[in-house]
Amino acid sequence: MKKQMGRSWAALMTLFLKSKSKKTLSKTGVKNIVLVDGVRTPFLQSGTTYADLMPHDLARTALQGLLNRTGIPKDAVDYIIYGTVIQEVKTSNVAREAALGAGFSDRIPAHTVTMACISSNQAMTTAVGMIAAGQCDAVVAGGVEFMSDVPIRHSRKMRKTMLSLNKAKTLGARLALLGSIRPAHLAPELPAVAEFSTEETMGHSADRLAAAFGVSRREQDEYALRSHSLAKRAQDEGLLSDVVGFKVPGKDIVSKDNGIRPSSMEQMAKLKPAFVKPHGTVTAANSSYLTDGASAVLIMSEEKALALGYKPKAYLRDFVYVSQDPKDQLLLGPSYATPKVLERSGLKLADIDVFEFHEAFAGQILSNLKAMDSDWFAKTYMGRTSKVGSPPLDKFNLWGGSLSLGHPFGATGCRLVTTVAHRLKKEGGQYGLVAACAAGGQGHAMVIEAYPQ
Amino acid sequence: MVTRAVAALSRFTIRARCILFAGPSSRHISVASSIMARSHVNCEIKGDVAVIRISDPNSKVNTLSLQMQKEMTEVMDEVWGNSAIKCVVMISSKPGCFIAGADINMIQACKSTEEVTRLSQEGQKIFEKIEKSPKPIVAAINGSCLGGGLEFAIACQYRVATKSKTTVLGTPEVMLGLLPGAGGTQRLPKMIGLPNAFDMMLTGRNIRADKAKKMGLVHQLVDTLGPGLKSPEERTIEYLEEVAIDCARGIVNKKLALTKEMNMMQKIQDHVMSYSFVQNRIYSTVEKKVLKQTKGLYPAPMKIIECVKAGMEQGPDAGYLAESQNFGKLAMTPESKALVGLYHGQVACKKNRFGVPEKEVKTLAILGAGLIGAGIAQVTVEKSINTILKDITEEALNQGQHQVYKGLNDKTKKKSITSFERDSILSNLTGQLDYSGFEKADMVIEAVFEDLAIKHKVLKEVEAVIPPNCVFASNTAALAIKDIAAASKRPEKVVGMHYFSPVDKMQLLEIITTDKTSKDTTASAVALGLKQGKVVIVVGDGPGFYTTRCLAPMLAEAVRVLQEGVDPKKLDSLTTGFGFPVGAATLADKLGIDVAAHMAENLGKAFGSRFGGGNLELLKTMVAKGFKGRKSGKGFYVYQSGLKDINPELKEIVESYNMMPTPAVSSDSDVQYRLISRFVNEAVLCLQEGILTNPVEGDIGAVFGLGFPPFLGGPFRFVDNFGADKLVEKMKTFEEVFGNQFTPCQLLLDHAKDPSRKFHRLIH
Repeated sequence: MKKQMGRSWAALMTLFLKSKSKKTLSKTGVKNIVLVDGVRTPFLQSGTTYADLMPHDLARTALQGLLNRTGIPKDAVDYIIYGTVIQEVKTSNVAREAALGAGFSDRIPAHTVTMACISSNQAMTTAVGMIAAGQCDAVVAGGVEFMSDVPIRHSRKMRKTMLSLNKAKTLGARLALLGSIRPAHLAPELPAVAEFSTEETMGHSADRLAAAFGVSRREQDEYALRSHSLAKRAQDEGLLSDVVGFKVPGKDIVSKDNGIRPSSMEQMAKLKPAFVKPHGTVTAANSSYLTDGASAVLIMSEEKALALGYKPKAYLRDFVYVSQDPKDQLLLGPSYATPKVLERSGLKLADIDVFEFHEAFAGQILSNLKAMDSDWFAKTYMGRTSKVGSPPLDKFNLWGGSLSLGHPFGATGCRLVTTVAHRLKKEGGQYGLVAACAAGGQGHAMVIEAYPQ
Repeated sequence: MVTRAVAALSRFTIRARCILFAGPSSRHISVASSIMARSHVNCEIKGDVAVIRISDPNSKVNTLSLQMQKEMTEVMDEVWGNSAIKCVVMISSKPGCFIAGADINMIQACKSTEEVTRLSQEGQKIFEKIEKSPKPIVAAINGSCLGGGLEFAIACQYRVATKSKTTVLGTPEVMLGLLPGAGGTQRLPKMIGLPNAFDMMLTGRNIRADKAKKMGLVHQLVDTLGPGLKSPEERTIEYLEEVAIDCARGIVNKKLALTKEMNMMQKIQDHVMSYSFVQNRIYSTVEKKVLKQTKGLYPAPMKIIECVKAGMEQGPDAGYLAESQNFGKLAMTPESKALVGLYHGQVACKKNRFGVPEKEVKTLAILGAGLIGAGIAQVTVEKSINTILKDITEEALNQGQHQVYKGLNDKTKKKSITSFERDSILSNLTGQLDYSGFEKADMVIEAVFEDLAIKHKVLKEVEAVIPPNCVFASNTAALAIKDIAAASKRPEKVVGMHYFSPVDKMQLLEIITTDKTSKDTTASAVALGLKQGKVVIVVGDGPGFYTTRCLAPMLAEAVRVLQEGVDPKKLDSLTTGFGFPVGAATLADKLGIDVAAHMAENLGKAFGSRFGGGNLELLKTMVAKGFKGRKSGKGFYVYQSGLKDINPELKEIVESYNMMPTPAVSSDSDVQYRLISRFVNEAVLCLQEGILTNPVEGDIGAVFGLGFPPFLGGPFRFVDNFGADKLVEKMKTFEEVFGNQFTPCQLLLDHAKDPSRKFHRLIH
């Protein structure tokens, strides 16, 4: 009770001072957990320089990059967690394969998580949970996605025949099975970026979402152009310092993201809609593209980090996961997660200095901004009394986003968190907010606090 | 192509609400000043596009009423006269309905063929002007677009439809014994080809948006939208309008082609179809099929073919004339009037006249996972009601659960639901062998074996575990509910719910109340039935209630006919020839010979010699030999790999019960009237005795539960149309030969005496 009064007193004071509603999000009895550092491989359009690699190669590179950047002893890490979406069946626990190859001690356990586009967010929050619970002190979390090679399967019929073939004992039985193969058996099964529950592709859902919120094609193109322009500027100014170079075997050293391509409104207007034809608004230019890449962050308890002599970059504070209707609200995760995480932290939208939202589609971002700015939506669908408000664009994704930098599904979360930490430092802010949507109608948000300089 | 004709004729859907192009749903005529706000049609000019929005303020659905027509004509004249307007979008501002047609009462108000023909011609004229509009008109369709509404839409130059599940296009006129009378028979064949046009017009079935696109009925589809800054329904209509406006401008700017480019296959098909001998071949095939299915009892399908033929062979003038004249003729036929009567009856039986129950059924428990029990489970889980399916053996339970799965999986195969929806629906079902969870049940329906002792046993077991407000419903075809309720501690909570097999296909639910059944219990049972999508009749308690009681004397007569040496095939053709969708012998096989024997014995005991006729021993002998009907593979027929043939061993049995026919009452027609009059007399007796509350439910029960010929409109409509006096006269002839089985009941005699007495209000 006393504590609460103290807190509200502090809140009142801050109002007078016209500053943050809170000085810090540190809670007594809760461990401070910090981001020591974060790195990523350059994000490349799939089918380009990384084309001949395997997913664990990318993840291994990110892990090695993190080792080099932080100089952490290879056995000082207690646990490794990776997020990924489309799994290479040979390396289904890609965390372990990558860790072994990256030279980490083989005594460090590793597991892989999956939660669509917020997989690496899940890897990070799992790490936070382990540290908070006192089970670990230092955890590496990361994410990887490799879209240049995805598992394309034989048809179910063909698989069934082939599996039976293994069991067939006589030559006759084998020949009979082989003889049963029909042309239809040979049609392969391609993975699709589609919801299993609704069978709708994500782009189609994004187009419907944009239409539902009345987001025009022009607005989407403008937003996409903004993302590419900001990314280009950030790249040119060397702000994307989380990128570590990668000597791809047999190819050149890659040191830059290769999907940033600021175009012109005229050029973009020429594109035909990619999903809803002929009147849709989502095009290849205002959507994120298939990307290869990996990321990694080092998370520690504050004491451990300080004990090891690190100067942490940021505190990882409250986080939430949300989920909603996978059909009509597939990509609205940020709208649901943002007010919830702010409430949890006792912050207001105005307290946030740095916003990093995952940009799946320009139409999705703009729809979320509109949803967050609508009292009607907040009341009708979120059961809230009023809107949370729309993040001001001058604080929003200022170094580009998934639309321009690329979006390796499993790796984006760590990029968002690291970018917030870097931007807080660069821009002198105190609080940052990460939010992302994910397939399955899920969403995530996390509040990040700058580490005192 | 017309295989579904009869099924469609006997199976009305609530969507077949309104079908014409004119209706009197609104009588107030607007004042002279045309500037006065219009109530039904609103026109907003957006630059060079006129957006015409339709909404009938007095109804949930839009109908092409007189007022609507008048305002539409005014608005269109303004649009055509305004040179700033280059194109038009026609849209409804009602969610779930573009135009559902018009009120059928309109046609019933007409007194002559000529009057109806004139209505048709007026509609044809309006739509011709729409079709020839120099400014392209885009119909933006969301929700039902039926009958006159569809004819309106296909007169427009371009159609955009939403993918909403409520968006259906169709020409349901045939189900009311009519035809599309505002140019539909002329435009449809040209638009979607003869085979598809016949399919639509002869079956009356609803076409979903995706199918409509494939058929060429609509040009473009628009997705439905989820939540945004407005409600999904509202925003979807706005979005549809935005897309339609783009289309309209696209047509003006020649960026959008009105005719789709055809692929090679379609070109070849079109070429082939253009030969008159190919067309003739189609006509004759369709005619043959229609005749086979309707036995010539339904005039509308043949008239539809005639109109299409006239238009294709002699040109549009002849086609339109044939259409309007045949429309007028059909409207005056007793068949159409009977079908319209059924439609009204069906609407009435989709309402709960017992009010809203105190407690909604959220958890239903079903005892017995047999055909019926599992069927009830399926139609219940589909409505997201928690359903417990209980049986006593794992084998029976397994079979029941599989039946539910299969029923839903078939829908997945037909793509009416996704596999995900199937799984999520199935999650409402719990299969079990014990009574756990019954403490949460709001209603229990027992569908165990038809044996009073067993019913009493489960009733007592159930009452020990259910909460006090839980309703106990018994699914029985013949046992009196009061006898079952005798074992209950709370007879006011006991009610009968007689489902028909297969439950997921048969529309009828017969609810039986005893003197002690409380009103709230009845309201609860009706509410559940309606939720399950049933057409519900509520009848009084008594042996065989209403439906079984009507069927039994007819089947007894059928047995006598067999004993007189008529073979099952002949018996079937006599009954189907009268208009029953299933012949009497086939029906008995379907029902189960053992069930029929059981039923006949029970009712015979209750009603005495009136239920006699055929010798019950014949059925019993069949059962003893294992000929239990379809389910056992042998009955009157032998069922083998989809084929059926007369059971060769039947002859011997029948011969041992041989009866000499009396030539005076054994002509084909006599046999038909012997069968039908016993059915009808028993139905009238049910009304006389108060088992039935009204003739409407009697007609609905007979048609939807027992397949009484739909074009006759049910036993009561039949008496009205045929004449009670004529029927009584026939029955008296039969009575002389056979005795009291043909004694007309008092109510029938009363009607015979006074020709002005009718069961249904007279329609002109």
